[in-house]
Amino acid sequence: MTAPYFIAAADDELTIYERSQPGRRAFVAPALDVPEKPLDELLPARLRRAEPPRLPEVAEPEIVRHYNRLSKRNFDLDTGFYPLGSCTMKHNPKLHERVAALPGHARLHPLQDPSHAQGALELMWRLQDALAEISGLPHVSLQPSAGSHGELAGVLITRAFHEDHGERRTQVLTPENAHGTNPATVTMAGYELVKVATDAHGNVDLDDLRAKATDDVACLMLTNPSTLGLFEHGIEEIERIVHGVGATLYYDGANLNAIMGIARPGDMGFDIVHFNLHKTFTQPHGGGGPGAGPIAVSERIEPYLPRPQVVRRDGSDNGADVTYDLDYDRPKSIGRLRGFQGNYGVFVRSYAYIRSLGAAGLREVSEVAVLNANYLLARLRREGVLQYLPAAYERLCMHEFVLSGGPMKHELGIKTLDLAKRLLDHGVHPPTVYFPLIVDEALLVEPTETETKETLDRFAEIVAEILREAREDPEIARSAPYTTPVRRLDEAAAARKPVVRQVLVAP
Amino acid sequence: MSGYISATDADRREMLATIGVSSIEELFDDIPASLRLGRPLALDGPLSELEVYEELKALAVRNTSTEDELTFLGAGMYDHYVPALVESIIERSEFLTPYTPYQPEISQGGLQAMFEYQTAICELTGLPVANASVYEGPSAVGAAAYVAKAARPAGRRIVVSHGVHPHARETLKTMAHSWGIEVVEVPLHDGVTEIPSLGEDVSALAIQQPNFLGAVEDVEALAAAAHAAGALCICSCDPLPLALLRTPGDCGVDIAVGEGQTLGNRLDFGGPSFGFFAATEALMRRMPGRIAGETRDVDGKRGFVLTLQTREQHIRREKATSNICTAQALNALAGVIYLSWLGRHGIVELAELLLQRTAYARERLHAIHGVAPLHDQLVIREFAVKLDAPVEHVVARCRAQGVNPGYPLGRDYPELADGLLVAITEQRTKAQIDRLADVLEGALSRDLEAYEEVKA
Repeated sequence: MTAPYFIAAADDELTIYERSQPGRRAFVAPALDVPEKPLDELLPARLRRAEPPRLPEVAEPEIVRHYNRLSKRNFDLDTGFYPLGSCTMKHNPKLHERVAALPGHARLHPLQDPSHAQGALELMWRLQDALAEISGLPHVSLQPSAGSHGELAGVLITRAFHEDHGERRTQVLTPENAHGTNPATVTMAGYELVKVATDAHGNVDLDDLRAKATDDVACLMLTNPSTLGLFEHGIEEIERIVHGVGATLYYDGANLNAIMGIARPGDMGFDIVHFNLHKTFTQPHGGGGPGAGPIAVSERIEPYLPRPQVVRRDGSDNGADVTYDLDYDRPKSIGRLRGFQGNYGVFVRSYAYIRSLGAAGLREVSEVAVLNANYLLARLRREGVLQYLPAAYERLCMHEFVLSGGPMKHELGIKTLDLAKRLLDHGVHPPTVYFPLIVDEALLVEPTETETKETLDRFAEIVAEILREAREDPEIARSAPYTTPVRRLDEAAAARKPVVRQVLVAP
Repeated sequence: MSGYISATDADRREMLATIGVSSIEELFDDIPASLRLGRPLALDGPLSELEVYEELKALAVRNTSTEDELTFLGAGMYDHYVPALVESIIERSEFLTPYTPYQPEISQGGLQAMFEYQTAICELTGLPVANASVYEGPSAVGAAAYVAKAARPAGRRIVVSHGVHPHARETLKTMAHSWGIEVVEVPLHDGVTEIPSLGEDVSALAIQQPNFLGAVEDVEALAAAAHAAGALCICSCDPLPLALLRTPGDCGVDIAVGEGQTLGNRLDFGGPSFGFFAATEALMRRMPGRIAGETRDVDGKRGFVLTLQTREQHIRREKATSNICTAQALNALAGVIYLSWLGRHGIVELAELLLQRTAYARERLHAIHGVAPLHDQLVIREFAVKLDAPVEHVVARCRAQGVNPGYPLGRDYPELADGLLVAITEQRTKAQIDRLADVLEGALSRDLEAYEEVKA
């Protein structure tokens, strides 16, 4: 038997291309019901490709089996604990998939006339309204596609704001422990990055900030609670310093899950906020997207928001003639950042979530997220884990906390990476590792509010068990994992000679 | 207590005791009292699951979906059939709920699917490297321009065809403004891009295949014009016609991007879908986003990892090739499942069906009194006509008959105020195309009468 694009695979999991056999198919085309014209007349041969694309030739049963088998080689949130810091891996309610799939939402064309998309526009308007209330900033654009896209929108808006006031500023400040997307956004938006130091308590170093906050600074991008899981003690002073030099204050919403209904970025003086609907508002992460990164802004920043904006128009005094529309007439807008109106399917899910929880429920989310994080930290302490993995800062944490694996490395001979890999054998997704960069051998743990006390107890016990094991034989963790579909992979080789597609040989 | 939280009152008491505080309030002591909200958020609810379902259903039925009318709307997103197996697979928790695969040992399913997806995009585009997705089509053009800017640092201008999707042109301008780079448009002539003569200060020429008016562009000549000036050629492509067309890679394109919605993703009022991004070997280390690569584990077993991560924001920070983090992995997965379902010959058959039905629809509409071709170029799945009556008015009349005849071009092209863009998918049968022709003819004749009466 010949295989069309056969690559000798000793491995147990073939690719879809390696399962291909000439003549197999899943798709049956609808019958040609119009008079057929010669292909050469419709598309001359000189414009046509010589060979059909070498896509797989596989019948439906094998496609289904292939991808179902692949799925079993993934660890997922619906199966186990996923305390990945800064990612807010909370439960994704099943209702959301059902409502997002309703034909009125799922099969709505993005260029449908607003008069025929009133339900969608009203949903977007209500979501904007809710996000404005949660953030304490009155105006929202849902357009950005992810957190980093929201950051780009926010910094471009900052530029438009300054330019509109006749100013050309060249620098953007971020704390040295910022998410990588912040500095990358700064460069992408045409600014020079200036890093602000962190003080001994994990806060922004106010003296360093004062020294660097000059008339050349356009913006400070800040995460609060910070990437260290700590609320910025000096936020009020930070606000005074930043606004004192005429810069804007940008809130990276990655950690919003800690403070909903308790404190609001707008009330802290932030001008621009981005939300991660795929973190705080339960859009499933999908193995790396889709997400959505709406932004909320203050009154003075509103004119620069991307267009179009969803608006509510009331033709009467009593709300009897309310319609929703897309407003393109925004002369100071930075313009579009993508096609159409944003990731609407994500909006449906996040709106459903906010409706399910209401004000009390959202506050409870943050309370229990912070309770769970502090409890897990306390349990790890009780298990003796902090002897080897001390908390980077001895404070109460917010929704996540950072441990340093430095002592573990020196005293037990295993690195944070080894601990993470050994956790895989225990059926737990490891916390975020080696971030923030300013903590040696960092481990960033975010349990989220949807985990039970029992799960947290078990995690603390597992970590303690791995440390006990390492005391006796560090080699076990160093060579972990053992039970996963593949074991440690050679990432250096992959980067040295990248193989980023399957080389297909036509039959 | 919300049904998504397990902590009982007893749990909470015990947990607080373990922490050593007496109340949850105390955990928030770091937040200055002056910054506390001090009131509940002004949000209604909570609601039960069934109440939320009813509310979301009530909003859904106020939208006119493609199930509710016969639609010929395209202009960037198309009403293609999404096969059942796509939804069945992507709704699996193992694909739906993990994060980006930072731990490859427990993410082989997602990583291998990315590798298979990248392979399929390389096959379609004829380029050797594809990433594992960007946000969507128009922003992909901006992402490509950012790569071109870095690859051609002396460039001061980016030239974009007037035939590129208006949302992509606007996105490009939004982004390029902050780089101090001017975006210049090159006009269309009879529906296709005039071959420009570019100066040496141009870093890239961006085109679209087929272009926004549905016309097939001479990509090879346009790429040659870009290269003659030392610029890169960026081509935004509709992926299904690539089953028939010479590949962008074969035509000399340096970066091929596009909107992936047509590959197994629903319309969703514009998203989430995915953008694809493929490039030449020379640009591989400048690409944005995740890239899955093949490697071996310690036992010699084949496996996949996120590779070339030193390009990315979490490693390279302000020197990263892009700020993108979360992309559209699940939508790209739908894309590769869909392409596997179509298969090597199926995708050609589908594209040929679009070609034949579009030719039929075009001929049928051109035969109507009051309809004329907007251009005479070759088309594949979408075409533009001129109407002898106010387009928005005609569209409204057709819609009253349950037919959405297409997209009024005047919304984006003031000079084409009489233009209508009509899209065909495999879901539009001959009978439906005939109905479009009949309804359009009726709407036009009534409109023409009224128009002539007013003139008289």
